[in-house]
Amino acid sequence: MAADGQWLTFLVLILPFLGAAAAPFLTRALGHNAAWVLALIPAFIFYHFAGFLGAVAEGETVAAGYAWIESLDVDFSWYLDGLSLTFALLISGIGTFIVLYSGGYLKGHQHLGRFFSFILMFMGSMQGLVVADSFLTLFVFWELTSITSFLLIGFDHSREASRRAALQALVVTGLGGLSLLAGLLVIANITGATSLSALLAEGDALRAAPLYMAALLLVLGGAFTKSAQFPFHFWLPNAMEAPTPVSAYLHSATMVKAGVYLVMRLNPVMGETLAWETILPVFGGTTLIVGTLLALRQTDLKLMLAYTTVASLGLLIMLTGFGSKVAVEAAVLYLVAHSMFKGALFMVAGAIDHETGTRDITRLGGIGRAMPVTFAAAVLAALSMGGLPPFFGFLAKEEIYAGLATGGGWAALLTAVAIAGNALMFAIGFAVALKPFTGERADTPKSPHEGPILLWLGPLVLGTSGLLMALVSGFSHHIISSPMASAVAGEPVAVSISVIPHVGLPLLLSVLTIALGIAFYLTLERGRAAMAATLTAIGWGPDRGFDQAVRGTVRLSASVTGIVHNGRLDVYMTVTFIALAAALFVPMIAFGELPAVPGLPSLPFYEVTVLAVGFIGLGAVIYARDRLTAIVSLGIQGFAVALIFMLLGAPDLSFTQFMVETLSVVILALVMTRLKLSPADHRPTRQKVLDISIASLCGAGLGLILLRVTQVPFDGTLSVFFAENARVIAHGRNIVNVIIVDFRGLDTLGEIAVVMIAGLAILALVRIRPGVAPIKAEKQRAKAVEKVEA
Amino acid sequence: MDTLIFRTIAPYLASLMVLFSVFVLLRGHNEPGGGFIGGLIAASAFAIYGIACGVAPVRRALYFHPMAISGFGLLLSALSGAVSLFMDMPFLTGQWTEISVLGLPIDLSTVLFFDIGVYFVVVGSITSIALALEEREHA
Repeated sequence: MAADGQWLTFLVLILPFLGAAAAPFLTRALGHNAAWVLALIPAFIFYHFAGFLGAVAEGETVAAGYAWIESLDVDFSWYLDGLSLTFALLISGIGTFIVLYSGGYLKGHQHLGRFFSFILMFMGSMQGLVVADSFLTLFVFWELTSITSFLLIGFDHSREASRRAALQALVVTGLGGLSLLAGLLVIANITGATSLSALLAEGDALRAAPLYMAALLLVLGGAFTKSAQFPFHFWLPNAMEAPTPVSAYLHSATMVKAGVYLVMRLNPVMGETLAWETILPVFGGTTLIVGTLLALRQTDLKLMLAYTTVASLGLLIMLTGFGSKVAVEAAVLYLVAHSMFKGALFMVAGAIDHETGTRDITRLGGIGRAMPVTFAAAVLAALSMGGLPPFFGFLAKEEIYAGLATGGGWAALLTAVAIAGNALMFAIGFAVALKPFTGERADTPKSPHEGPILLWLGPLVLGTSGLLMALVSGFSHHIISSPMASAVAGEPVAVSISVIPHVGLPLLLSVLTIALGIAFYLTLERGRAAMAATLTAIGWGPDRGFDQAVRGTVRLSASVTGIVHNGRLDVYMTVTFIALAAALFVPMIAFGELPAVPGLPSLPFYEVTVLAVGFIGLGAVIYARDRLTAIVSLGIQGFAVALIFMLLGAPDLSFTQFMVETLSVVILALVMTRLKLSPADHRPTRQKVLDISIASLCGAGLGLILLRVTQVPFDGTLSVFFAENARVIAHGRNIVNVIIVDFRGLDTLGEIAVVMIAGLAILALVRIRPGVAPIKAEKQRAKAVEKVEA
Repeated sequence: MDTLIFRTIAPYLASLMVLFSVFVLLRGHNEPGGGFIGGLIAASAFAIYGIACGVAPVRRALYFHPMAISGFGLLLSALSGAVSLFMDMPFLTGQWTEISVLGLPIDLSTVLFFDIGVYFVVVGSITSIALALEEREHA
């Protein structure tokens, strides 16, 4: 790989982020037509990655990158093989049309520029995720997709439901991200590999390790949350609150496939074990069935599609975990087909919504004449989704059955699951693509007519490519399916299936699926009613469970806060000082480090005087009649200490001590006048005794520890170093200052940041007015959530 | 604290203290002093001025909000540390140069600006707290 090619790939990886920065300005200048310019970014990325197709089809892989943090052995690196390349092409290819579609869909929206910005950022994150090689690069991009999808789902942030959906997605996928990070760390510890390419070269090391199970569960925790596997599926349908271009892109074609990508990527090194081949099909199969059944219940076009997406993701996980080469091929074919037809169908649903003002399938009908191009695109996509020849979806379905129906009870069960799921998806796909367009013309809020080119170009191209890719199946297998399947299987695989049906068991099962699908389609209304009744009977779902978990956490933290943070300053002070006394005495006694009793030193007259001044100050504090006098008297003691510093030859310290004492007295006095306390201190005797003993303990502890410290031989290495080097290296004679601003400058920088933050916090405390309860806002929020649930 | 003598002398005292604080700040590298202690002196100057003559004149004299001064200081310190990055040295490596003002050689360094940043942070934060407390007292 030539060096100039390397920087070009790097440029391609950061290009979407640069585009995101420019998008708002471009949109201000060009309006929604900025889409045409911005779509050039993913188009160029597609063009760049397409350039690798030839080499990758020959079995080559491309790994390159730059050192990121050398001292930690962290790289920013990428790895292109059949799997990552296919994903990269899907993301940039579909992304091109999504950007165009967004321009049409959100035309005239006041935050269109911001939307373009978010979607490009997301595209960049997703791109980075699939081509990432080093674990850290992978994790960073993984988290970036969670964050950018949070921004996109919550784009319509004035609506409560959007905000809730966005938070839910962030919490679920964010927790999954942490699980993934832990999993990657475990893998790195087991194998010593910190990049995917190195890991793939390890072979069996990971499978044989005793911690394999932990690594597997942690990684799957990340993959299953991201790819909405049951029981984490609930965030995905809720994410339909996002504008339709987002649903079409994130929640069908790309982000939700990140988990599938990860599972496929790790299949060569983690697959083919009992755990892998049990967990994946069980969760995938359950997700497939649950997803399709829930889809049946919906009347909103987007929600129907969303649940079939959940189901499709389940199917992909199930196939990947089945553990045969043909099943892997099937997963690969289905993934590519699904990205295209589901993206197209989502965009169709959005176009219908945009033109008629509703997405409710029961209120739509007969708009096919008004929107012929959209209709055509919908039918093309549905044919592929239904798995009819000669579409790409047909190839996928044939391969699925060829892969699963291999004999044995387990395989038969999974085949049955696949048939049921596929038949239901067939019914729902055609319901979305046919019901709104055919039949009697229904009354819609807006009178429909064909949308602008921006709205129909994407679905039409994606729908058509589902047909074209199948027609030239030899070519598309050579450049896409075979390299990708090889990467997933970890050994060379050649996909050979073509559109010409060949008689055999898979074809029979396909026919069965289609027949069942038609039956489901015809009885859709009844199925929906039955599902609705069942779900009402069950009542509880993970979605409500999420709310309960969140509310439970809030309640728990409230009660914990009530205990440890009870608002009584005297309790805080007592606890703090008891802890201080314990910290001083426990180690000293436990390690037998009590100081030896020193002899009385002979002090010169002036030192005795200074000590006496300090003691007089302390006595004045104790015997002061009112608080103000006590505070000022404390200052006397502080000044005495400052004098001692001065006498012992530490002018800087003494100087600072003087100033700090002065300011403390001034500020304490000001606080006292503000607090409107009674001028004198009236504590009950019991309280006084307790306070006196705690204070004496702390004082004695500090004194003892200082004594002990001075009795240990003094290590003067640092003092000598500073004394010798302050002038030479740091050009200063005042060692204290040189240490502060130069040798330990970073400490000082941190300290002044703390000073400033403390200042801000105190300022806020002083300004706070009693009576405004922040709890109020929380209560309002809870009410709104209840309303949404009802 | 509302005595005539105090009110009359406070402005002079405060300005002398501020002047002294700058002196302490600048001599810090070679003699006792520095940004932190200088900042404390200046902050007490403003506090005294505020106690004697009220908060409003102090705020007028400062012109900027004290917290803004503090933020500027933090920024200045961080930026002075970043200079060395452009010379391919680790963050916060001191850079020295000598300039001549009216024929006098003066050592100029990023470390000095770092210390000035410390000075501003301390002045800003402490003054901000003190003024906020004094304000309520008179309100």
